[in-house]
Amino acid sequence: MSITTPNTPRSDLMTFTLPLTALLAAMFGFVGGNMIGHPWYGALIGAVIGAAVAFIVENNLSRRTAVRWGLIGAFAVAGFVFGNLGTAISGAIVGAVLGWAGYWLATGKYRAGVPVYYTAGQTLWHNAFLLICGFIFFFLIAPLFPVMWLSFNAQDFFTFTPEMLNFQAEGYSLKHYRDFLGTDEWMVPLKNSLIIAPIATVISVSLGTLAAVGLSQSHVPGRRAMMAILISPMIVPLIISATGMFFFYAPLGNWLEATLGLSQTFVGFVKVILAHAVLGIPFVIITVTATLVGFDNSLTRAAASMGSAPLPTFFKVQMPLIMPGVISGALFAFITSFDEVVVVLFVGSAQQQTLPWQMFTGLREQISPTILAAATVLVVMSILLLTTVELLRRRSERLRGLSPA
Amino acid sequence: MKLTKTLLATTALGLSAASVMADGHMSSDMTLVSWGGAYQASQSAAYSDPYVAMNEGVTVTWDESSAEAVAKLRAMNEAGSITWDVVDVVAADALRLCDEGLALEIDADEQLAPAPDGTSAEDDFGDLLVGDCFIPQIVYSTTFGYRTDLVPEGVDAPDDICDVFDLETYPGMRALEKRPINNVEWALLCDGVAKEDVYDVLSTEEGQEQALAKLDTIRDSVIWWSAGADTPQLLADGEVFMGSTYNGRLFAAIEEQDQPIGMMWDAQVFDLDGWIIPAGLSPEREARALDFVYFATDTQRLADQAKYISYGPARMSSAPLVGQHETLGIDMAPHMPTDPNNAANTFLYNYEFWADYRDDIDAKFQAWLAQ
Repeated sequence: MSITTPNTPRSDLMTFTLPLTALLAAMFGFVGGNMIGHPWYGALIGAVIGAAVAFIVENNLSRRTAVRWGLIGAFAVAGFVFGNLGTAISGAIVGAVLGWAGYWLATGKYRAGVPVYYTAGQTLWHNAFLLICGFIFFFLIAPLFPVMWLSFNAQDFFTFTPEMLNFQAEGYSLKHYRDFLGTDEWMVPLKNSLIIAPIATVISVSLGTLAAVGLSQSHVPGRRAMMAILISPMIVPLIISATGMFFFYAPLGNWLEATLGLSQTFVGFVKVILAHAVLGIPFVIITVTATLVGFDNSLTRAAASMGSAPLPTFFKVQMPLIMPGVISGALFAFITSFDEVVVVLFVGSAQQQTLPWQMFTGLREQISPTILAAATVLVVMSILLLTTVELLRRRSERLRGLSPA
Repeated sequence: MKLTKTLLATTALGLSAASVMADGHMSSDMTLVSWGGAYQASQSAAYSDPYVAMNEGVTVTWDESSAEAVAKLRAMNEAGSITWDVVDVVAADALRLCDEGLALEIDADEQLAPAPDGTSAEDDFGDLLVGDCFIPQIVYSTTFGYRTDLVPEGVDAPDDICDVFDLETYPGMRALEKRPINNVEWALLCDGVAKEDVYDVLSTEEGQEQALAKLDTIRDSVIWWSAGADTPQLLADGEVFMGSTYNGRLFAAIEEQDQPIGMMWDAQVFDLDGWIIPAGLSPEREARALDFVYFATDTQRLADQAKYISYGPARMSSAPLVGQHETLGIDMAPHMPTDPNNAANTFLYNYEFWADYRDDIDAKFQAWLAQ
């Protein structure tokens, strides 16, 4: 059969496939048994089932699809008989994993990704490495899923109700999304965040890029000291920056209100935007400086030799080449402002309440799943935003004839 | 060029906003500070919504910062930029703010509405007017809720404060607030100290040790909470069998969320919550704040608030006006902490004692927690 790698011997059932499949099934059995209070009995039963699966797989190597679907079905039915819809779905997943692992081991597919000369130990390490990477991704991403799941809770608590676990319709509800999208309590902070973050980003990107370009010139005196000062908002503990900013911006705001007659709300926005711009500047400086390292200065000299003034040279020659750094700096600056809760609590007043502020107070005072709905919406928005930026970047690289990185 | 234009435009915008603001002698923007959640929603529905409807052009912004009101008001005062107009605080915080000169002194008879029958505000609020700056609003209590489905079989539901300390009859975790106030009083009550002697005993070194020793007996079964929302969440999860919190939170969990939770009113501790107006506001803002408070603490408004949350109105004249829950349509009176059935055995929080002993006992309690 084509599945078997020709230059490896077929896996041996008794010394290889069967023990490993049994071990995997025993782990599932341990987890399942733990839920009813008998983890070791569960592991034992799991091992027996795993051995049986390995035996079935070994004798049906050519009927891969049919056997795998059969296993999924059998485990799902078993789960449903012993429990409910929730355990049936868990059963189907266990069946799918066991079936896949059985064939993966029995057909020698586990060697598919490694060169033929690898020893058993190297192959083991290769697959262990893949497993570790998988776990890293899992632990980074997995905490988001309960948040998303719970945001559809029909109750006002962070609790998986029996109805939710049994996938019954009455356990689920969109009411927290209604609360999020339909009330001023959440929409006003969202609007404030969407006013503050983009303006602060524009300011940090303009100032940060200018500073990075200037500081990358070797003739600037004291550039290390200047760099250190500009980066400091990133290093100084936020609570200290926030306290300092509070006392710095309060008289500034009073002056703006008293002398220029600006409204309190408007001045409040100015204060928060400036404070957030300061927090965003270090990110822009770092990313733009990093791209400037790879920038060939003879290009600006070439432009100058052809009579281009410095400003057009900057925008037409230098800017397009350092654009990736500027964009990633802008993304960081935006996220810094959009996520920021400490400084806005100090500098802002209630008219500038941002989304993180609302989430913070909501979490402390009411623990309502509306926060989870808000978090879910934000996660989806961030994914869409990053995907769009990445797609645009690839498109522009394609258009400019550069191969995608 | 473009930049100058934008700058001019934004300045003009700011200026026009400022000119809208100044209408005569009262400012039209008001920032109210409260606790968020169902409580703030009830204030919004009973006080600020009708006030805005009556006073066209007034805008109200809510800030959920009452938990750190004292610290923030101090900082605002130091920075010379007070952004709050009316602040909801517990009585103890109001006393502190008043002592530090951060809150405006109020003459109840002059600046608060009389009762409909003509009784002066001072008589109507009675004993609840603690301090010179505090404008009482509600009476709330800290009391216990328990999971009705986790009561052991063959045992009556807990109805005595000492059931909290009885791990044999009522096994399971308890949720208690992460501070000594209320906990040490309850501990002494259940360690054989008579109610009237509690604060005398607590003022001695041995008495404090005795209270902590009693708490030590259940220490391994306690989850310590710090926000009012924690206990309802823990009860809903079934993580604790019983826990203390504000009675309004329990009411919301039981009646509005249909959770299997029962109320245990024994030895509930009454406390007060109300408004203060920060000192040092501009005359226009102060006038607006006083106008709002006059309206928001009149007899009808305080009674209206009880339609949304089960906290007792602070005016005697409001009690007969308490009606039914706005959406559930159930009678609110039996859910009030002041209802005779619930108030059979209550415990009165002693402000003076805690003002004097708070720092000391707090330190001992935290050290005990860390052991």
